[in-house]
Amino acid sequence: MPAGTLYRGREGMWSWVAHRVTGVLIFFFLFVHVLDTALVRVSPEAYDKVVATYKTPIVACLEYGLVAAILFHALNGLRIIAVDFWSKGPRLQKQMLWTVVVIWLVLMVGALYPVLGHAARELFGS
Amino acid sequence: MSAETSSAAAIGEVEGVSLYDTDHPAPLIEAPRKRTKKTPKSTRTNFELYGWLFMRLSGIVLVVLVLGHLLIQLVLDGGVSKIGFAFVAGRWASPFWQIWDLTMLWLAMLHGANGLRTVINDYAQRDNTRFWLKMLLYTATVFTVLLGTLVIFTFDPNIR
Ligand code: HEM
Ligand code: HEM
Repeated sequence: MPAGTLYRGREGMWSWVAHRVTGVLIFFFLFVHVLDTALVRVSPEAYDKVVATYKTPIVACLEYGLVAAILFHALNGLRIIAVDFWSKGPRLQKQMLWTVVVIWLVLMVGALYPVLGHAARELFGS
Repeated sequence: MSAETSSAAAIGEVEGVSLYDTDHPAPLIEAPRKRTKKTPKSTRTNFELYGWLFMRLSGIVLVVLVLGHLLIQLVLDGGVSKIGFAFVAGRWASPFWQIWDLTMLWLAMLHGANGLRTVINDYAQRDNTRFWLKMLLYTATVFTVLLGTLVIFTFDPNIR
């Protein structure tokens, strides 16, 4: 490791990197999302046409990715809050990260069918 | 001074060995935004503290608002397939969901914008670049928050 760097590797650094990347991604999504929702003030047709793209298989995969990003950011955000405010937080940060990862994995498996089911039916027939 | 650096076991378990000893002292990392004589008085507020606190408080509220929103939009009642103008009209007929969306809009935008401000401060090194990136960020944020608020308050189910 080069001397003089603040990057220290391991769980602490990588969870911070992931938190930052997901936060920025969600922000950009939200910007576009408010623009597409604003189409309800243009006309029902314009809104429905844009929302139709949300229902295509490719965008369904992007939605799954968005869910992945938000779930990680939300769970890890709670871990950050626990590290900052809970007296045992700093000592248990690693265990809490792995708890976050396990809960995240379970929720991601749970989200598979609801988020991607309609895309699978469209691609492979129902 | 040398008494401290000679016992340089400061780096423990994580790296396994200490990189520093008396002949190779650890580099001094200055405290961020250290106060100097040149620091203007006007920056002496607790803005960053309140920003830090806001990230945590808004985060807790956003867990409920955003995950609830995703559950409604992507999972319940047929997932994305059900979304359309009529669906939005049905939801925004209720003040409860209007306030939900309004709170989510403001909190998520301010939380995200403040987060991005930190990211810009971290990576944009030149004063000019940093200034203009932040101006772009603030413009986009104000625009998005106002547009989203306007859309909720002026929504008209009988637009046609
Ligand atoms: C792909 C996933 C998503 C879908 C399908 C979706 C769908 C919708 C729909 C149909 C509306 C219209 C109003 C309503 O029904 O409540 C809406 C509004 C809104 N959504 Fe989402 N949403 C998604 C993800 C998100 C995320 C991740 C956020 C926050 C980070 C978010 C924030 C908002 C906000 C703030 C509004 C109000 C917009 C306005 O004021 O004009 N949405 N969303
Ligand atoms: C779902 C609930 C959420 C929770 C619990 C949460 C929690 C947090 C916390 C505690 C921080 C502060 C990290 C620090 O000070 O080191 C943070 C940073 C951040 N959040 Fe969130 N957040 C949530 C949702 C969102 C949303 C919806 C967005 C985007 C609109 C977002 C974007 C960001 C960004 C860009 C940062 C800055 C990252 C950095 O400085 O590395 N977050 N989040």
